[in-house]
Amino acid sequence: MQNTIHATQAIVTLDVALPGIIWGWMITLNMWAKSIGTGVILVGAFLLYRHKKEEMPNLRWIMPLIAFVFLNIFLLFTLTDLHHPYRMVNIFLHPHWTSAITVGAWMASLFTGLITVMMLIGGFDAFPDIRRHCSIAKKVRANSTLYEKIFPFVVFLAIPVTLYTAIIMAEASARELWQTPAEVMQMMWAAFMAGSSALILVSGNWSKEVRKDLALVLAIATFFSFMMYMGEYFFSFKSAEAEATLAFVHSGGAYNTEFWFGMILGFVIPFFIAIGNMKSDNKTLLRFAAILALVGLYMAKDVWLKIPQLLNLS
Amino acid sequence: MKLGFLVDLNLCMGCKGCEVACKVENEVPLSTWRLRVKYIDIGTFPDTSRSFTPLRCNHCESAPCERICPVSALHYLENGIVNVDSSRCIGCAGCMMACPYGAIYMDPETNTADKCTYCAHRVESGMMPACVVVCPVQANIFGDIEDDNSHISQYIMEHQGAVQVRKPEKNTHPKHFYVGGGTQTLDPLAQQRLEGFGLFNNVTHLKHIGDPHEGVLDRFLAPFKSEEKYDNRSFVDFDNKDYKSELTEGDN
Repeated sequence: MQNTIHATQAIVTLDVALPGIIWGWMITLNMWAKSIGTGVILVGAFLLYRHKKEEMPNLRWIMPLIAFVFLNIFLLFTLTDLHHPYRMVNIFLHPHWTSAITVGAWMASLFTGLITVMMLIGGFDAFPDIRRHCSIAKKVRANSTLYEKIFPFVVFLAIPVTLYTAIIMAEASARELWQTPAEVMQMMWAAFMAGSSALILVSGNWSKEVRKDLALVLAIATFFSFMMYMGEYFFSFKSAEAEATLAFVHSGGAYNTEFWFGMILGFVIPFFIAIGNMKSDNKTLLRFAAILALVGLYMAKDVWLKIPQLLNLS
Repeated sequence: MKLGFLVDLNLCMGCKGCEVACKVENEVPLSTWRLRVKYIDIGTFPDTSRSFTPLRCNHCESAPCERICPVSALHYLENGIVNVDSSRCIGCAGCMMACPYGAIYMDPETNTADKCTYCAHRVESGMMPACVVVCPVQANIFGDIEDDNSHISQYIMEHQGAVQVRKPEKNTHPKHFYVGGGTQTLDPLAQQRLEGFGLFNNVTHLKHIGDPHEGVLDRFLAPFKSEEKYDNRSFVDFDNKDYKSELTEGDN
Protein backbone atom coordinates (compact mmCIF):
# COMPACT_ATOMS: atom_id res chain seq x y z
CA MET A 1 0.00 0.00 0.00
CA GLN A 2 2.82 2.42 0.84
CA ASN A 3 4.08 2.24 -2.74
CA THR A 4 0.79 3.16 -4.33
CA ILE A 5 -0.38 6.02 -2.12
CA HIS A 6 1.29 9.36 -2.59
CA ALA A 7 2.90 10.67 0.56
CA THR A 8 0.84 13.84 0.62
CA GLN A 9 -2.46 12.02 0.49
CA ALA A 10 -4.47 11.21 3.55
CA ILE A 11 -6.32 7.98 4.03
CA VAL A 12 -9.42 7.60 6.15
CA THR A 13 -8.73 4.62 8.35
CA LEU A 14 -11.66 4.78 10.74
CA ASP A 15 -14.99 6.45 10.21
CA VAL A 16 -18.69 5.80 10.13
CA ALA A 17 -20.45 4.42 7.08
CA LEU A 18 -21.51 6.91 4.44
CA PRO A 19 -25.25 7.64 4.49
CA GLY A 20 -25.66 6.82 0.80
CA ILE A 21 -28.58 7.90 -1.34
CA ILE A 22 -31.20 9.79 0.66
CA TRP A 23 -33.40 11.12 -2.13
CA GLY A 24 -33.96 8.07 -4.32
CA TRP A 25 -36.25 6.90 -7.10
CA MET A 26 -39.36 8.42 -5.54
CA ILE A 27 -37.92 11.91 -5.96
CA THR A 28 -36.89 11.06 -9.53
CA LEU A 29 -40.44 9.95 -10.25
CA ASN A 30 -41.73 13.07 -8.51
CA MET A 31 -39.68 15.37 -10.77
CA TRP A 32 -40.46 13.36 -13.91
CA ALA A 33 -44.22 13.34 -13.27
CA LYS A 34 -44.20 17.07 -12.48
CA SER A 35 -42.45 17.75 -15.78
CA ILE A 36 -45.32 16.06 -17.60
CA GLY A 37 -47.98 17.73 -15.44
CA THR A 38 -46.75 21.27 -16.06
CA GLY A 39 -45.27 20.57 -19.49
CA VAL A 40 -48.59 19.66 -21.11
CA ILE A 41 -50.00 23.01 -19.95
CA LEU A 42 -47.05 25.01 -21.28
CA VAL A 43 -46.93 23.17 -24.61
CA GLY A 44 -50.75 23.13 -24.81
CA ALA A 45 -50.77 26.92 -24.41
CA PHE A 46 -48.20 27.23 -27.18
CA LEU A 47 -50.37 25.08 -29.48
CA LEU A 48 -53.50 27.10 -28.68
CA TYR A 49 -51.58 30.28 -29.49
CA ARG A 50 -50.41 28.89 -32.82
CA HIS A 51 -53.42 26.87 -34.02
CA LYS A 52 -57.18 26.84 -34.12
CA LYS A 53 -58.99 24.73 -31.52
CA GLU A 54 -60.61 22.69 -34.29
CA GLU A 55 -57.20 21.32 -35.26
CA MET A 56 -56.91 19.72 -31.82
CA PRO A 57 -60.50 18.73 -30.99
CA ASN A 58 -59.82 16.93 -27.70
CA LEU A 59 -57.10 19.23 -26.33
CA ARG A 60 -59.52 21.15 -24.11
CA TRP A 61 -60.22 18.14 -21.89
CA ILE A 62 -57.25 15.84 -22.47
CA MET A 63 -54.63 18.47 -21.60
CA PRO A 64 -55.95 19.09 -18.05
CA LEU A 65 -56.66 15.36 -17.67
CA ILE A 66 -53.02 14.42 -18.37
CA ALA A 67 -51.84 17.25 -16.11
CA PHE A 68 -54.22 16.11 -13.35
CA VAL A 69 -53.07 12.48 -13.49
CA PHE A 70 -49.36 13.27 -13.46
CA LEU A 71 -49.63 16.03 -10.88
CA ASN A 72 -51.35 13.57 -8.59
CA ILE A 73 -48.58 11.03 -9.20
CA PHE A 74 -46.13 13.81 -8.33
CA LEU A 75 -48.02 14.72 -5.16
CA LEU A 76 -48.47 11.09 -4.13
CA PHE A 77 -44.76 10.37 -4.34
CA THR A 78 -43.91 13.66 -2.65
CA LEU A 79 -46.04 12.49 0.22
CA THR A 80 -44.82 8.91 0.16
CA ASP A 81 -41.20 9.99 0.31
CA LEU A 82 -41.79 11.78 3.60
CA HIS A 83 -40.91 9.76 6.66
CA HIS A 84 -43.98 11.28 8.33
CA PRO A 85 -46.47 11.71 5.48
CA TYR A 86 -49.35 12.96 7.64
CA ARG A 87 -47.23 15.76 9.00
CA MET A 88 -47.28 17.23 5.48
CA VAL A 89 -50.19 19.23 6.84
CA ASN A 90 -47.67 21.19 8.91
CA ILE A 91 -46.38 22.79 5.69
CA PHE A 92 -49.78 24.45 5.39
CA LEU A 93 -50.44 25.06 9.07
CA HIS A 94 -46.93 26.10 10.09
CA PRO A 95 -45.15 27.18 6.90
CA HIS A 96 -41.54 28.32 6.88
CA TRP A 97 -41.36 30.64 3.90
CA THR A 98 -37.62 30.63 3.31
CA SER A 99 -37.94 27.00 2.27
CA ALA A 100 -38.55 26.31 -1.42
CA ILE A 101 -40.23 23.09 -0.28
CA THR A 102 -42.91 25.16 1.46
CA VAL A 103 -43.39 27.64 -1.37
CA GLY A 104 -43.44 24.79 -3.88
CA ALA A 105 -45.98 22.78 -1.91
CA TRP A 106 -48.34 25.76 -1.78
CA MET A 107 -47.95 26.58 -5.47
CA ALA A 108 -48.24 22.96 -6.60
CA SER A 109 -51.39 22.48 -4.50
CA LEU A 110 -52.99 25.62 -5.95
CA PHE A 111 -51.94 24.58 -9.44
CA THR A 112 -53.42 21.10 -9.00
CA GLY A 113 -56.64 22.61 -7.69
CA LEU A 114 -56.99 24.85 -10.74
CA ILE A 115 -56.13 21.96 -13.06
CA THR A 116 -58.88 19.92 -11.37
CA VAL A 117 -61.40 22.66 -12.13
CA MET A 118 -60.25 22.81 -15.75
CA MET A 119 -60.41 19.05 -16.07
CA LEU A 120 -63.97 18.92 -14.74
CA ILE A 121 -65.16 21.73 -17.02
CA GLY A 122 -63.34 20.30 -20.05
CA GLY A 123 -64.60 16.78 -19.36
CA PHE A 124 -68.24 17.66 -18.72
CA ASP A 125 -68.29 19.94 -21.77
CA ALA A 126 -66.75 17.30 -24.03
CA PHE A 127 -69.06 14.54 -22.83
CA PRO A 128 -72.47 16.16 -22.30
CA ASP A 129 -74.20 12.84 -21.61
CA ILE A 130 -72.11 12.07 -18.58
CA ARG A 131 -73.83 12.94 -15.28
CA ARG A 132 -76.48 14.89 -17.14
CA HIS A 133 -78.70 15.18 -14.07
CA CYS A 134 -76.01 15.57 -11.45
CA SER A 135 -76.22 18.95 -9.77
CA ILE A 136 -72.44 19.37 -9.57
CA ALA A 137 -72.06 18.54 -13.26
CA LYS A 138 -74.80 21.03 -14.07
CA LYS A 139 -73.06 23.71 -12.07
CA VAL A 140 -69.74 22.94 -13.74
CA ARG A 141 -71.32 23.11 -17.21
CA ALA A 142 -73.04 26.37 -16.31
CA ASN A 143 -69.64 27.88 -15.49
CA SER A 144 -67.94 26.61 -18.61
CA THR A 145 -66.38 29.97 -19.44
CA LEU A 146 -64.36 29.79 -16.23
CA TYR A 147 -62.00 27.45 -18.12
CA GLU A 148 -60.82 30.17 -20.47
CA LYS A 149 -60.68 32.70 -17.63
CA ILE A 150 -58.36 30.68 -15.41
CA PHE A 151 -56.25 29.19 -18.20
CA PRO A 152 -53.86 32.19 -18.56
CA PHE A 153 -53.28 32.15 -14.80
CA VAL A 154 -52.66 28.39 -14.90
CA VAL A 155 -50.10 28.82 -17.69
CA PHE A 156 -48.37 31.55 -15.69
CA LEU A 157 -48.39 29.39 -12.55
CA ALA A 158 -47.02 26.39 -14.46
CA ILE A 159 -43.68 28.19 -14.78
CA PRO A 160 -42.85 28.55 -11.05
CA VAL A 161 -44.34 25.11 -10.36
CA THR A 162 -41.93 23.72 -12.95
CA LEU A 163 -38.99 25.64 -11.55
CA TYR A 164 -39.34 25.41 -7.79
CA THR A 165 -37.64 21.99 -7.64
CA ALA A 166 -34.55 23.67 -9.07
CA ILE A 167 -34.69 26.12 -6.16
CA ILE A 168 -34.97 23.23 -3.70
CA MET A 169 -31.87 21.78 -5.35
CA ALA A 170 -30.22 25.19 -5.00
CA GLU A 171 -31.08 25.26 -1.30
CA ALA A 172 -29.60 21.76 -1.01
CA SER A 173 -26.31 23.60 -0.93
CA ALA A 174 -24.32 20.52 0.03
CA ARG A 175 -24.70 19.13 -3.51
CA GLU A 176 -22.55 21.30 -5.71
CA LEU A 177 -23.40 19.42 -8.88
CA TRP A 178 -26.81 21.06 -8.80
CA GLN A 179 -25.93 24.52 -10.05
CA THR A 180 -29.00 26.73 -9.97
CA PRO A 181 -28.89 28.37 -13.42
CA ALA A 182 -28.35 25.02 -15.07
CA GLU A 183 -31.05 23.29 -13.01
CA VAL A 184 -33.59 26.05 -13.68
CA MET A 185 -33.11 25.65 -17.42
CA GLN A 186 -33.00 21.86 -17.23
CA MET A 187 -36.36 21.86 -15.42
CA MET A 188 -37.81 24.08 -18.12
CA TRP A 189 -36.46 21.93 -20.96
CA ALA A 190 -37.66 18.80 -19.17
CA ALA A 191 -41.17 20.27 -19.00
CA PHE A 192 -41.14 21.06 -22.72
CA MET A 193 -39.74 17.60 -23.52
CA ALA A 194 -42.22 15.76 -21.33
CA GLY A 195 -45.15 17.99 -22.26
CA SER A 196 -44.61 17.66 -26.00
CA SER A 197 -44.02 13.90 -25.65
CA ALA A 198 -47.22 13.39 -23.67
CA LEU A 199 -49.25 15.43 -26.17
CA ILE A 200 -47.66 13.59 -29.12
CA LEU A 201 -49.01 10.35 -27.67
CA VAL A 202 -52.59 11.71 -27.79
CA SER A 203 -52.29 13.68 -31.03
CA GLY A 204 -53.59 10.94 -33.33
CA ASN A 205 -56.51 12.93 -34.75
CA TRP A 206 -54.85 16.34 -34.65
CA SER A 207 -53.75 18.19 -37.78
CA LYS A 208 -50.38 17.60 -39.38
CA GLU A 209 -49.29 21.19 -38.62
CA VAL A 210 -49.94 20.73 -34.91
CA ARG A 211 -47.85 17.55 -34.85
CA LYS A 212 -45.14 19.42 -36.71
CA ASP A 213 -45.09 22.00 -33.94
CA LEU A 214 -45.01 19.28 -31.29
CA ALA A 215 -42.04 17.71 -33.10
CA LEU A 216 -40.39 21.14 -33.20
CA VAL A 217 -40.81 21.65 -29.46
CA LEU A 218 -39.49 18.13 -28.78
CA ALA A 219 -36.49 18.70 -31.06
CA ILE A 220 -35.60 22.06 -29.50
CA ALA A 221 -36.05 20.80 -25.93
CA THR A 222 -34.00 17.62 -26.44
CA PHE A 223 -31.25 19.53 -28.26
CA PHE A 224 -30.74 22.24 -25.65
CA SER A 225 -31.20 19.91 -22.69
CA PHE A 226 -28.67 17.48 -24.20
CA MET A 227 -26.21 20.31 -24.78
CA MET A 228 -26.55 21.44 -21.18
CA TYR A 229 -26.04 17.90 -19.87
CA MET A 230 -22.93 17.54 -22.02
CA GLY A 231 -21.56 20.85 -20.76
CA GLU A 232 -22.21 19.89 -17.17
CA TYR A 233 -20.99 16.31 -17.58
CA PHE A 234 -17.67 17.15 -19.21
CA PHE A 235 -16.83 20.70 -18.17
CA SER A 236 -17.98 21.30 -14.58
CA PHE A 237 -14.59 22.70 -13.68
CA LYS A 238 -15.88 25.47 -11.44
CA SER A 239 -16.61 23.46 -8.36
CA ALA A 240 -14.39 20.96 -6.57
CA GLU A 241 -17.23 18.79 -5.31
CA ALA A 242 -19.02 18.69 -8.67
CA GLU A 243 -15.72 17.75 -10.28
CA ALA A 244 -15.17 14.96 -7.75
CA THR A 245 -18.72 13.66 -8.29
CA LEU A 246 -18.34 13.59 -12.05
CA ALA A 247 -14.87 12.05 -11.88
CA PHE A 248 -16.48 9.15 -10.04
CA VAL A 249 -19.16 8.73 -12.71
CA HIS A 250 -16.68 9.18 -15.57
CA SER A 251 -14.72 6.22 -14.24
CA GLY A 252 -17.59 3.91 -15.16
CA GLY A 253 -20.16 1.94 -13.24
CA ALA A 254 -23.93 1.74 -13.20
CA TYR A 255 -24.56 5.50 -13.17
CA ASN A 256 -22.27 6.04 -16.15
CA THR A 257 -24.24 3.42 -18.11
CA GLU A 258 -27.60 4.83 -17.02
CA PHE A 259 -26.54 8.36 -17.96
CA TRP A 260 -25.46 7.44 -21.49
CA PHE A 261 -28.51 5.22 -22.04
CA GLY A 262 -30.64 8.18 -20.97
CA MET A 263 -28.79 10.58 -23.26
CA ILE A 264 -28.96 8.38 -26.34
CA LEU A 265 -32.49 7.04 -25.80
CA GLY A 266 -34.09 10.16 -24.46
CA PHE A 267 -32.31 12.98 -26.23
CA VAL A 268 -30.26 12.00 -29.31
CA ILE A 269 -32.68 9.53 -30.96
CA PRO A 270 -35.86 11.58 -30.28
CA PHE A 271 -34.09 14.71 -31.59
CA PHE A 272 -33.35 13.12 -34.96
CA ILE A 273 -36.79 11.49 -35.21
CA ALA A 274 -38.46 14.82 -34.38
CA ILE A 275 -36.36 16.67 -36.96
CA GLY A 276 -37.23 14.00 -39.55
CA ASN A 277 -40.89 14.22 -38.63
CA MET A 278 -40.99 17.91 -39.43
CA LYS A 279 -40.19 17.02 -43.05
CA SER A 280 -42.59 14.10 -43.38
CA ASP A 281 -45.33 13.26 -40.87
CA ASN A 282 -45.04 9.78 -39.37
CA LYS A 283 -47.33 9.34 -36.36
CA THR A 284 -45.90 5.98 -35.27
CA LEU A 285 -42.29 7.09 -35.40
CA LEU A 286 -43.08 10.31 -33.56
CA ARG A 287 -44.87 8.37 -30.83
CA PHE A 288 -41.85 6.10 -30.56
CA ALA A 289 -39.68 9.20 -30.12
CA ALA A 290 -42.05 10.53 -27.45
CA ILE A 291 -41.87 7.28 -25.46
CA LEU A 292 -38.07 7.22 -25.75
CA ALA A 293 -37.88 10.84 -24.62
CA LEU A 294 -39.97 10.10 -21.53
CA VAL A 295 -37.86 7.02 -20.65
CA GLY A 296 -34.58 8.83 -21.30
CA LEU A 297 -35.66 11.86 -19.30
CA TYR A 298 -36.40 9.65 -16.29
CA MET A 299 -32.95 8.04 -16.54
CA ALA A 300 -31.13 11.36 -16.89
CA LYS A 301 -33.02 12.85 -13.93
CA ASP A 302 -32.35 9.73 -11.88
CA VAL A 303 -28.59 9.87 -12.42
CA TRP A 304 -28.38 13.61 -11.82
CA LEU A 305 -30.35 13.31 -8.60
CA LYS A 306 -28.36 10.43 -7.13
CA ILE A 307 -24.73 10.95 -8.05
CA PRO A 308 -23.98 14.00 -5.87
CA GLN A 309 -25.31 12.07 -2.91
CA LEU A 310 -22.50 9.53 -3.29
CA LEU A 311 -19.89 12.11 -2.37
CA ASN A 312 -18.75 12.13 1.24
CA LEU A 313 -19.34 15.54 2.79
CA SER A 314 -17.19 15.32 5.90
CA MET B 1 -24.70 35.40 23.57
CA LYS B 2 -23.45 33.28 20.72
CA LEU B 3 -22.31 29.83 21.68
CA GLY B 4 -19.43 28.31 19.80
CA PHE B 5 -17.21 25.28 19.86
CA LEU B 6 -13.52 24.86 19.33
CA VAL B 7 -11.56 21.63 19.04
CA ASP B 8 -7.80 21.68 19.41
CA LEU B 9 -6.75 18.82 17.16
CA ASN B 10 -3.21 19.01 18.61
CA LEU B 11 -4.67 17.77 21.89
CA CYS B 12 -7.19 15.22 20.62
CA MET B 13 -5.91 11.67 21.02
CA GLY B 14 -8.83 9.89 19.37
CA CYS B 15 -10.13 8.16 22.48
CA LYS B 16 -13.71 8.57 21.23
CA GLY B 17 -14.84 9.41 24.74
CA CYS B 18 -16.82 12.36 23.34
CA GLU B 19 -18.49 10.10 20.80
CA VAL B 20 -19.58 7.65 23.47
CA ALA B 21 -20.69 10.38 25.88
CA CYS B 22 -22.80 11.94 23.14
CA LYS B 23 -24.38 8.61 22.30
CA VAL B 24 -25.29 8.02 25.93
CA GLU B 25 -26.42 11.55 26.75
CA ASN B 26 -28.64 11.91 23.72
CA GLU B 27 -29.64 8.26 23.32
CA VAL B 28 -28.42 8.28 19.74
CA PRO B 29 -29.58 5.03 18.10
CA LEU B 30 -27.32 2.39 16.64
CA SER B 31 -25.93 3.16 13.17
CA THR B 32 -26.28 6.94 13.65
CA TRP B 33 -23.97 9.56 15.12
CA ARG B 34 -24.33 13.17 16.26
CA LEU B 35 -20.63 13.36 16.86
CA ARG B 36 -17.96 11.15 15.42
CA VAL B 37 -14.18 11.06 15.52
CA LYS B 38 -12.58 10.33 12.17
CA TYR B 39 -9.12 8.76 11.98
CA ILE B 40 -6.90 9.84 9.11
CA ASP B 41 -3.47 8.41 8.34
CA ILE B 42 -1.08 10.77 6.59
CA GLY B 43 2.28 10.04 4.98
CA THR B 44 4.19 7.04 3.69
CA PHE B 45 5.40 4.20 5.87
CA PRO B 46 7.49 4.47 8.03
CA ASP B 47 6.97 8.26 8.16
CA THR B 48 3.26 8.19 8.92
CA SER B 49 1.11 10.02 11.39
CA ARG B 50 -2.46 9.59 12.48
CA SER B 51 -4.76 12.50 13.16
CA PHE B 52 -8.15 12.55 14.80
CA THR B 53 -10.94 14.90 13.82
CA PRO B 54 -14.14 15.14 15.88
CA LEU B 55 -16.99 16.08 13.55
CA ARG B 56 -20.34 17.46 14.68
CA CYS B 57 -22.90 20.06 13.62
CA ASN B 58 -21.26 23.44 12.98
CA HIS B 59 -24.26 25.47 14.18
CA CYS B 60 -23.80 27.81 11.25
CA GLU B 61 -24.84 31.42 11.53
CA SER B 62 -26.34 31.08 8.06
CA ALA B 63 -27.51 27.49 8.33
CA PRO B 64 -28.69 25.88 5.06
CA CYS B 65 -30.62 23.27 7.07
CA GLU B 66 -32.67 25.96 8.82
CA ARG B 67 -33.37 27.69 5.51
CA ILE B 68 -34.61 24.57 3.70
CA CYS B 69 -36.68 23.11 6.55
CA PRO B 70 -40.31 23.58 5.47
CA VAL B 71 -41.78 23.51 8.98
CA SER B 72 -39.06 25.15 11.13
CA ALA B 73 -38.21 21.86 12.81
CA LEU B 74 -34.67 23.18 12.54
CA HIS B 75 -34.58 26.58 14.17
CA TYR B 76 -32.25 28.97 15.94
CA LEU B 77 -32.21 29.36 19.68
CA GLU B 78 -31.36 32.76 21.12
CA ASN B 79 -27.91 31.55 22.09
CA GLY B 80 -27.09 30.68 18.46
CA ILE B 81 -27.66 26.94 18.71
CA VAL B 82 -29.36 25.43 15.67
CA ASN B 83 -31.88 23.25 17.45
CA VAL B 84 -34.05 20.47 16.07
CA ASP B 85 -37.60 19.71 17.15
CA SER B 86 -38.36 16.15 16.12
CA SER B 87 -42.07 16.57 16.85
CA ARG B 88 -42.33 19.05 13.98
CA CYS B 89 -40.14 17.19 11.49
CA ILE B 90 -42.00 15.79 8.47
CA GLY B 91 -39.04 13.66 7.41
CA CYS B 92 -38.45 15.22 3.98
CA ALA B 93 -34.66 14.95 4.43
CA GLY B 94 -34.18 18.38 2.87
CA CYS B 95 -31.85 19.30 5.72
CA MET B 96 -29.72 16.23 5.03
CA MET B 97 -29.38 17.35 1.44
CA ALA B 98 -28.57 20.92 2.46
CA CYS B 99 -26.01 20.44 5.24
CA PRO B 100 -22.57 20.76 3.62
CA TYR B 101 -21.01 18.92 6.56
CA GLY B 102 -23.13 15.76 6.52
CA ALA B 103 -24.02 16.43 10.15
CA ILE B 104 -27.70 15.48 10.02
CA TYR B 105 -29.08 11.96 10.06
CA MET B 106 -32.48 10.34 9.93
CA ASP B 107 -33.15 8.81 13.32
CA PRO B 108 -34.16 5.21 12.56
CA GLU B 109 -36.35 5.04 15.67
CA THR B 110 -38.39 8.20 15.24
CA ASN B 111 -38.05 8.60 11.46
CA THR B 112 -37.17 12.25 11.97
CA ALA B 113 -34.07 14.30 11.28
CA ASP B 114 -31.67 14.71 14.16
CA LYS B 115 -28.26 16.18 14.85
CA CYS B 116 -25.96 17.64 17.47
CA THR B 117 -27.65 20.42 19.43
CA TYR B 118 -24.56 21.31 21.50
CA CYS B 119 -26.55 19.47 24.20
CA ALA B 120 -29.03 22.38 24.32
CA HIS B 121 -30.91 20.72 27.17
CA ARG B 122 -27.76 20.65 29.31
CA VAL B 123 -26.75 24.17 28.32
CA GLU B 124 -30.18 25.40 29.35
CA SER B 125 -29.50 24.00 32.82
CA GLY B 126 -26.11 25.67 33.02
CA MET B 127 -24.13 22.55 32.23
CA MET B 128 -21.52 21.94 29.56
CA PRO B 129 -22.23 19.59 26.64
CA ALA B 130 -21.53 15.94 27.44
CA CYS B 131 -18.61 15.72 25.01
CA VAL B 132 -16.86 18.66 26.69
CA VAL B 133 -17.22 17.21 30.17
CA VAL B 134 -15.86 13.81 29.19
CA CYS B 135 -12.81 14.90 27.16
CA PRO B 136 -9.73 13.80 29.15
CA VAL B 137 -7.40 16.33 27.50
CA GLN B 138 -9.81 19.29 27.29
CA ALA B 139 -9.55 19.39 23.53
CA ASN B 140 -13.20 20.47 23.33
CA ILE B 141 -13.70 24.09 24.29
CA PHE B 142 -17.22 25.45 24.49
CA GLY B 143 -18.54 28.86 25.36
CA ASP B 144 -19.77 32.30 24.37
CA ILE B 145 -17.77 33.64 21.46
CA GLU B 146 -19.28 37.10 21.92
CA ASP B 147 -17.80 37.32 25.41
CA ASP B 148 -14.17 38.46 25.16
CA ASN B 149 -13.36 36.92 28.52
CA SER B 150 -14.72 33.45 27.80
CA HIS B 151 -12.27 30.58 27.48
CA ILE B 152 -13.17 29.98 23.84
CA SER B 153 -12.73 33.65 22.88
CA GLN B 154 -9.36 33.81 24.58
CA TYR B 155 -8.31 30.53 22.96
CA ILE B 156 -9.27 31.91 19.55
CA MET B 157 -7.32 35.11 20.20
CA GLU B 158 -4.27 33.17 21.39
CA HIS B 159 -4.30 31.06 18.22
CA GLN B 160 -5.13 33.78 15.72
CA GLY B 161 -4.10 32.73 12.24
CA ALA B 162 -4.36 29.06 13.11
CA VAL B 163 -8.11 28.85 13.73
CA GLN B 164 -10.04 27.17 10.92
CA VAL B 165 -13.58 26.21 10.03
CA ARG B 166 -14.74 23.53 7.62
CA LYS B 167 -15.70 24.62 4.11
CA PRO B 168 -15.58 28.40 4.67
CA GLU B 169 -16.32 28.85 0.97
CA LYS B 170 -19.89 27.73 1.62
CA ASN B 171 -20.54 31.02 3.38
CA THR B 172 -22.41 29.30 6.19
CA HIS B 173 -20.33 31.04 8.90
CA PRO B 174 -19.83 28.00 11.15
CA LYS B 175 -19.60 28.51 14.86
CA HIS B 176 -17.42 25.45 15.25
CA PHE B 177 -13.70 26.05 15.02
CA TYR B 178 -10.58 23.93 14.82
CA VAL B 179 -7.03 24.60 15.91
CA GLY B 180 -4.26 22.40 14.58
CA GLY B 181 -6.23 21.24 11.57
CA GLY B 182 -5.20 21.22 7.95
CA THR B 183 -6.57 20.54 4.52
CA GLN B 184 -5.97 16.84 4.95
CA THR B 185 -7.96 16.64 8.16
CA LEU B 186 -10.77 19.09 7.42
CA ASP B 187 -11.37 18.72 3.68
CA PRO B 188 -13.00 15.39 2.74
CA LEU B 189 -11.85 15.84 -0.86
CA ALA B 190 -8.26 15.71 0.33
CA GLN B 191 -8.79 12.29 1.86
CA GLN B 192 -8.96 8.89 0.25
CA ARG B 193 -11.36 6.23 1.38
CA LEU B 194 -9.91 2.89 0.40
CA GLU B 195 -12.49 0.19 0.47
CA GLY B 196 -11.35 -2.68 2.59
CA PHE B 197 -8.78 -0.65 4.56
CA GLY B 198 -11.20 1.09 6.89
CA LEU B 199 -13.42 -0.17 9.63
CA PHE B 200 -17.19 0.16 9.41
CA ASN B 201 -17.24 0.65 5.65
CA ASN B 202 -20.59 -0.95 5.27
CA VAL B 203 -22.70 -0.79 8.40
CA THR B 204 -26.19 -2.12 7.84
CA HIS B 205 -29.26 -1.64 9.99
CA LEU B 206 -30.16 -4.66 12.05
CA LYS B 207 -33.70 -5.84 11.47
CA HIS B 208 -34.81 -5.41 15.05
CA ILE B 209 -33.37 -1.89 15.29
CA GLY B 210 -35.32 1.18 14.37
CA ASP B 211 -38.85 2.27 13.76
CA PRO B 212 -41.02 -0.67 12.72
CA HIS B 213 -42.94 1.79 10.55
CA GLU B 214 -40.10 2.76 8.26
CA GLY B 215 -41.61 0.95 5.26
CA VAL B 216 -43.41 3.13 2.72
CA LEU B 217 -46.89 1.74 3.37
CA ASP B 218 -46.26 1.50 7.08
CA ARG B 219 -45.62 5.24 7.21
CA PHE B 220 -49.24 5.80 6.22
CA LEU B 221 -50.64 3.11 8.47
CA ALA B 222 -48.51 3.95 11.50
CA PRO B 223 -50.89 6.35 13.28
CA PHE B 224 -53.61 3.72 13.18
CA LYS B 225 -51.66 0.72 14.35
CA SER B 226 -48.78 2.19 16.31
CA GLU B 227 -47.96 0.46 19.55
CA GLU B 228 -45.70 3.21 20.80
CA LYS B 229 -47.57 6.08 22.41
CA TYR B 230 -45.90 8.94 20.57
CA ASP B 231 -44.56 7.09 17.62
CA ASN B 232 -45.76 8.69 14.39
CA ARG B 233 -48.84 10.07 16.07
CA SER B 234 -47.94 13.64 16.76
CA PHE B 235 -48.64 14.91 13.26
CA VAL B 236 -51.65 16.76 14.56
CA ASP B 237 -49.81 17.98 17.62
CA PHE B 238 -47.32 20.46 16.19
CA ASP B 239 -46.15 21.77 19.51
CA ASN B 240 -46.10 18.32 21.07
CA LYS B 241 -48.33 19.51 23.90
CA ASP B 242 -49.31 16.00 24.97
CA TYR B 243 -45.72 15.02 25.44
CA LYS B 244 -44.83 18.23 27.26
CA SER B 245 -47.83 18.01 29.57
CA GLU B 246 -46.93 14.45 30.44
CA LEU B 247 -43.38 15.49 31.21
CA THR B 248 -44.70 18.19 33.52
CA GLU B 249 -46.95 15.72 35.26
CA GLY B 250 -44.01 13.38 35.65
CA ASP B 251 -41.94 16.12 37.22
CA ASN B 252 -44.67 16.81 39.70
